[in-house]
Amino acid sequence: MNRRPEARGGARTRLRGMVRKEFLQILRDPSSIAIAFVMPVVLLFLFGYGVSLDAKDVPLALVADHPDTNTSGLLRAFEHSDYFTPYHYADIQTAMQALRTQQVDGIVWLREDFSRRLLSSADAPIGVIVNGVNANQARITEGYIQGAWQSWLEHYAAAQGRELEAPVMVEPRVWFNAALYSRHFLVPGLIAVIMTLIGALLTSLVIAREWERGTMEALMVTPIRIREILLGKLIPYFILGMGGMLLTVVLARWQFEVPLRGSFLLLLLASALFMLVALGMGLLISIVSKNQFVAGQIAIIVTFLPAFILSGFIFDIGSMPAPVQFITHLVPARYFVSIVQTLFLAGDIWPVLLPNAGALALMAAVFFALVRRRASKRLD
Amino acid sequence: MFARIIALTIKELLAVLRDKRSRFVLIGPPIIQLMIFGYAATFDLNDIPLAVYNEDGGAASREFISRFEGSPHFHVIATPDHDAEIAPLIDERRALMVLHLGTHFSADLARGDSASAQIILDGRNSNTAMLALNYARTIVIDFNEAWAARHGGMAAPAHLVMRAWFNPTLSSRWFIIPGIVGLLTLVVTLVVTALSVAREREAGTFDQLLVTPLRPVEILIGKSLPGLLIGLIEGSLIILVAMYWFDIPLRGSVGALYAGLGLFLLSAIGVGLMISSLSITQQQGLLGAFLFLVPAVILSGFATPIENMPRAVQLLTYLDPLRYFMIVLRGVFLEGSSYALLLHQYWPMAVIGLISLTLAGWLFRHRMY
Repeated sequence: MNRRPEARGGARTRLRGMVRKEFLQILRDPSSIAIAFVMPVVLLFLFGYGVSLDAKDVPLALVADHPDTNTSGLLRAFEHSDYFTPYHYADIQTAMQALRTQQVDGIVWLREDFSRRLLSSADAPIGVIVNGVNANQARITEGYIQGAWQSWLEHYAAAQGRELEAPVMVEPRVWFNAALYSRHFLVPGLIAVIMTLIGALLTSLVIAREWERGTMEALMVTPIRIREILLGKLIPYFILGMGGMLLTVVLARWQFEVPLRGSFLLLLLASALFMLVALGMGLLISIVSKNQFVAGQIAIIVTFLPAFILSGFIFDIGSMPAPVQFITHLVPARYFVSIVQTLFLAGDIWPVLLPNAGALALMAAVFFALVRRRASKRLD
Repeated sequence: MFARIIALTIKELLAVLRDKRSRFVLIGPPIIQLMIFGYAATFDLNDIPLAVYNEDGGAASREFISRFEGSPHFHVIATPDHDAEIAPLIDERRALMVLHLGTHFSADLARGDSASAQIILDGRNSNTAMLALNYARTIVIDFNEAWAARHGGMAAPAHLVMRAWFNPTLSSRWFIIPGIVGLLTLVVTLVVTALSVAREREAGTFDQLLVTPLRPVEILIGKSLPGLLIGLIEGSLIILVAMYWFDIPLRGSVGALYAGLGLFLLSAIGVGLMISSLSITQQQGLLGAFLFLVPAVILSGFATPIENMPRAVQLLTYLDPLRYFMIVLRGVFLEGSSYALLLHQYWPMAVIGLISLTLAGWLFRHRMY
C-alpha cells in the first residue's frame, strides 16, 4: 500500500528515461529527422510547383483542307486562346501522325466543304479529335475547345452585324477558389498525405526494431511498464511529427500562398488529433509485425497509397463506387483531408469539422485500445 | 560461378519468402490494392450532387431544369427556396453545384432575350469543379440549340463534332489502371531490394559475404535476381488482372510490354540496391526507399500530367524510371505503340539501371563500418 506514491514517482523517472532514450536514438540516426523535416519540405515543393491539373498551352493541330477567310476566322479563335499552342498542318494525315506520336494532344479539322456548308445550310461540322489516353486531360481540353468555339460564334455573329443572343447564358461562380487554381486544393490535401506518411513511418519501425534486435527482452526485465514503453515511444515522435506539420503549414501559407481562411488554432488541434491517429496506426503495425521488413511493407501499403488515392486528396470520393466509398471511411487521411481543405479554403465550418474530427478521435481511441491490448511484456 | 550465383539467389529468396507474413505482404496487398484503387482512382464524375434554386417556376425554367435532372451526371439532392439556404449546402459539402434561376428566367427567354443561369460551385476541389462546370455547359449548349430550333432563334452556324482516340468513352480508368501496374510493381521491387543489403549489414552477415569467394559482380547478380523474379511474377499478375478483370484493352504487343517491364525492373532494382548499400540499418533502407518512392510516383505522370509541370520540374522527371514505364504501359495498352515508337522510353531505363547497379556494386566494397 505505501509503495504506491513511490511507484508513481518511479513511473515519472522511468518514462523520462524512456523518452530520453528515444530522443537520443532519433538524434543519432538522422534518418528519422530526415523523414520528419526534410521529406515534408521536399514533397511540398515537388507538389506545390510540380503537380498541377491545370492544362495550359495544350499543343493543338489546326487543319483546314481548303483555307479561306471563313476557316482562318474560326482557327484564329484557337490561335488566340491562352490554353492552346497551335500548330498548322496542311493535311489531316500528317496531323493524325502528329497525334499518334504525341506531338499534339488534339486536332481541329475543317473539311473541304466547311465554308460552303457554313454559308448555305449553316450546319458546318468542325471535326475535333483528342487523344483520350489521359481522359481527364482530354475532357478539360474538350472544354477549352468548346470555349474557343463559343468565342468564335460571338465574333462571327458580330461580323454579320448581329448580336449573338444565346437563349441561356451560364454565369459560373466558383466559391473558395475563384480562379480554379488546382494548387490551392492540392497543397492542403498534401499536408494530410505527408503527415500520414511521416506519423506512421516514424513509429511503425520503432517497436519492430526493438523486437528484432532483442532489446525488447532487455526492456522487459526492467521495472518499466508496457504503458510507459508505449508513451515513451509516442511522445518524442509526436513532437517530431508536429514540428513537421507546422513546417508544412507555414510553407503552404507563405510559400504557396494558399489562403488560410479558418482559424490556425483549430488547424493545430485537428493536426494534433490526426497525428495521434497516424502514430497509433504506426505503433499498431509495429507491434503486430515485430519484424522491420513486414512492418515497412505494411506501413507503405496502408499509408502512402491509400492516403494518396482513397483520401479525396486528388480523386473525388463522391465518384467512387459505393463499396470503395465505404472503404475510404477506414482511411484516416480522408477525414483530415476534408478538415484541412475546409479550414484552408472555406473557413471554420463546424458541420464539416465536427463529424470529421469525431471520426478521427474515434479512430485514435480504437488504435490505442488495440495497441494496448496487443502489447504485453511477454515473450512469444 | 553460376552455382555460386544460384546459391546466393536461393538464399536471398528464402530470406524474403521464408516468413509467412513476409510472403503474404508481397502477394496479397498488391492485388487487393489493384482492385480497390482500380475502382477508386477515377476522375470521372457521376452523380454530382446538385441543388436547384428555381425562383422563376415558369414552364421554360422547368424544361431547362429537367435537362439536368435527366442527365446521368447530376443528381438533384435539394431544392432550396431562399437565398440563405444556398451557402450551407455548399459549405457543408452536401451539394457540389447549385443551379440558380432568377425570377425573370422564363420571361427573358419568351421575349427572346438572353436569360441567365447562375451556377455556383464548390471550388475546394478545383478539378471536380471544372469538370462539373463543363458538363453543365454542355447541357446548356444542347438546351440552347433545341430552344433556338423551336423558337426560330439563330442556331450556331457550325457545330463541334468531337471524337476521342484510343479511349472513345474517355474513361479515366483506362488511363489510371495501366499506371497502377507500374506503381505497384515499383513498390514491391523496391521493398524487396532496398532491405536486402541493409538487413545483412544490420545482422553483420554482409561482411561474411564479402570474404567468401563470391565476387562483387556475383553478389550484385545474386541480390538482383530475386527482385527481378518477384517483380516479373507480380507485374504479370497485375497485368492479367488489369486485362481480364478491368477489361483494359491490350492493343500493342506483349513483347513490347515485357521489354518495358524488364528494363523498368532493372532500373528499380538498381535504385533499390543502391539505397540498400548506402544504408546501415533496415530502417534507413526503408526510409530511403520511401524518400525515392514518393517523388518517383508524383513525378511519373501517374495522376497529374508531366506537361503541366514547370520546366525545372519537368527536367527532374527525366531521372525517374517510372516516368518512362508509364509511357510504355499506356502506349502499349491503349495506343498499340510499336517498339520503334517506344525506343526513347527503353534506353533511359537501361541507362538508369546500369548506372545505379554499378554504383551499388561499388558501394558494396567501399562503404564499410
